[in-house]
Amino acid sequence: MRELRDPSALPEMRSALRTHRLGWFEVVMLAVFAAVYYLLPGYLPLATQVAIMIIFAISLDLALGYGGIETLGHAVFYGIGGYAAGFYALYVWQEPISGLLVAALVAGLFGVLSGIVVLRAKGLTLVMLTLACATMVHEFANSMRAITGGDDGLSGYRIDPVLGLFRFDLFGRTAYVYSVCVLIVVFLLARIVANSNFGLVARGIRSNSQRMQLLGVPVLNRLVLLYAVSGALAGIAGALSAQVTKLVGLNTLAFTLSGNVLIVLILGGIGRLYGAVIGSIVFVALSDRAAAIDPFNWLFILGGLIVLVVWLAPDGIVGRFSALTWQFRKQERKP
Amino acid sequence: MRCARTSGCVMSIWGGAMDKLLSVEAIHAGYATARVLHDVTFSLPEKSTLALLGRNGVGKTTLIETIMGLTVQTTGRIAFRGRDISTMQPHHRNAAGMALVPQQREIFRSLTVEENLKVAARPGEWTVSRIYDLFPRLHERRTNGGGQLSGGEQQMLAMGRALAGNPSLLLLDEPFEGLAPVIVDLLVDAINRIRTEGAIASIVVEHHVDLALELADAVIVLDRGRISWLGSSQELKAAPELMASLIGLGSGGE
Repeated sequence: MRELRDPSALPEMRSALRTHRLGWFEVVMLAVFAAVYYLLPGYLPLATQVAIMIIFAISLDLALGYGGIETLGHAVFYGIGGYAAGFYALYVWQEPISGLLVAALVAGLFGVLSGIVVLRAKGLTLVMLTLACATMVHEFANSMRAITGGDDGLSGYRIDPVLGLFRFDLFGRTAYVYSVCVLIVVFLLARIVANSNFGLVARGIRSNSQRMQLLGVPVLNRLVLLYAVSGALAGIAGALSAQVTKLVGLNTLAFTLSGNVLIVLILGGIGRLYGAVIGSIVFVALSDRAAAIDPFNWLFILGGLIVLVVWLAPDGIVGRFSALTWQFRKQERKP
Repeated sequence: MRCARTSGCVMSIWGGAMDKLLSVEAIHAGYATARVLHDVTFSLPEKSTLALLGRNGVGKTTLIETIMGLTVQTTGRIAFRGRDISTMQPHHRNAAGMALVPQQREIFRSLTVEENLKVAARPGEWTVSRIYDLFPRLHERRTNGGGQLSGGEQQMLAMGRALAGNPSLLLLDEPFEGLAPVIVDLLVDAINRIRTEGAIASIVVEHHVDLALELADAVIVLDRGRISWLGSSQELKAAPELMASLIGLGSGGE
């Protein structure tokens, strides 16, 4: 209580509360997720995919949007998380939450090991190294057919009820609620990281890594740590997918998935976490609709949309929205 | 008046008995393809200010970049508080207590003023509020983005950001370049305050001889990568003809 009476502590407390408060965006998103559960039960599997994609995109946003780590191989963490959760369920324990933690640990560890090598590079070299790293793991998984199932994927494991209470049902209700709960936890974790001093350092590195080095920051260490955290969150997304679909395919390690999650961020807006949310919803919903309209040329529709967004809103949908509200507020302030 | 380039000679300027903060001994340094500095030797006591003078391209910036570990040092030794730092990475040198304020200022444009100050802050005397006290203008602009600042504000922020790391030695590369006289006066006052109140030593690269002499206790004049003169600023102030012959400048600047 002493701190409360200390007037000098108040601005810092207010700032901390402001940083971690539940904003209107979070409230609206929670309402949307609840509404989908009650009003659109037929779309629960698709909505589960959206939630998983949001987690995956948030993980990429931490690496790319905050640390400036340009990667075209982020699916490697998703895939490793997926396989880790699959093997864990197959050989160790079918409890889902511990499966997520194991997947996060394995993917995070891979982030540290690969990060020490690839994060010494920058720009195009870094892009190619991340791509090469993901391709190598993809080929490794393909060649270890006896263990991973190769092209057929890893399957045949079961997952216990969540918390011992909620069995995964045929309609995907448990899978949906479970995914949304994991998403909420991941979102809060990512927000804490982004708003922490570590997040600030990451943004400084993204802005000018050499200057940060000269200000005494061990840049490579910080980038490796960020890459590992990002990898761990991507691993959770992959594990979640493995648990709710009961299948880990080679496509979870594929370049297409790395490309898709990058498109999600470009659509939504990079470096603001909310962009990952909006981008995932737009991307998964539009892919679904486009595939329903034209099952053969649906990627063409998606391609057109990306061209439109890059052209009209180079900072993504959330970035455009922020710019508009800023202009609106500025006009309101004028007498 | 020419000084032999030995450490003992340099120490005599400072009175000999003061604690040595930085010691540069017979260094040769440069970049991948070119050697710029030849046999440079000098030392700097705690809480003192040294000005580096010389024409363009004589190696002033290379010297402070070498002290910071940004160039290729082929021979010689640099010691900071008696510890050899010649092979140390730049971020370790910063952690040891050196901070460089670069000529281009290199503000983090995507961070706010306050974030720029906090991004690499270390606990110590120089807190963000003390930096605001030194530069009230930064407090007024604390929520603005780094990219929205004027040149003078950027220089204040670059200095404030370096101070937030609580260094013992500040390396300032042409801090007044391209700034209005009123801002220059403000920055000169700030540098003097940093020195007296904060007890921080500085090495200032400066083209304007008047300003350099106003700030510094001692002066090094560089010529083609070598020290051509080293002495107290009083000495140089008293001999305008010497100044003209050494730097080719009058006391009014370049």
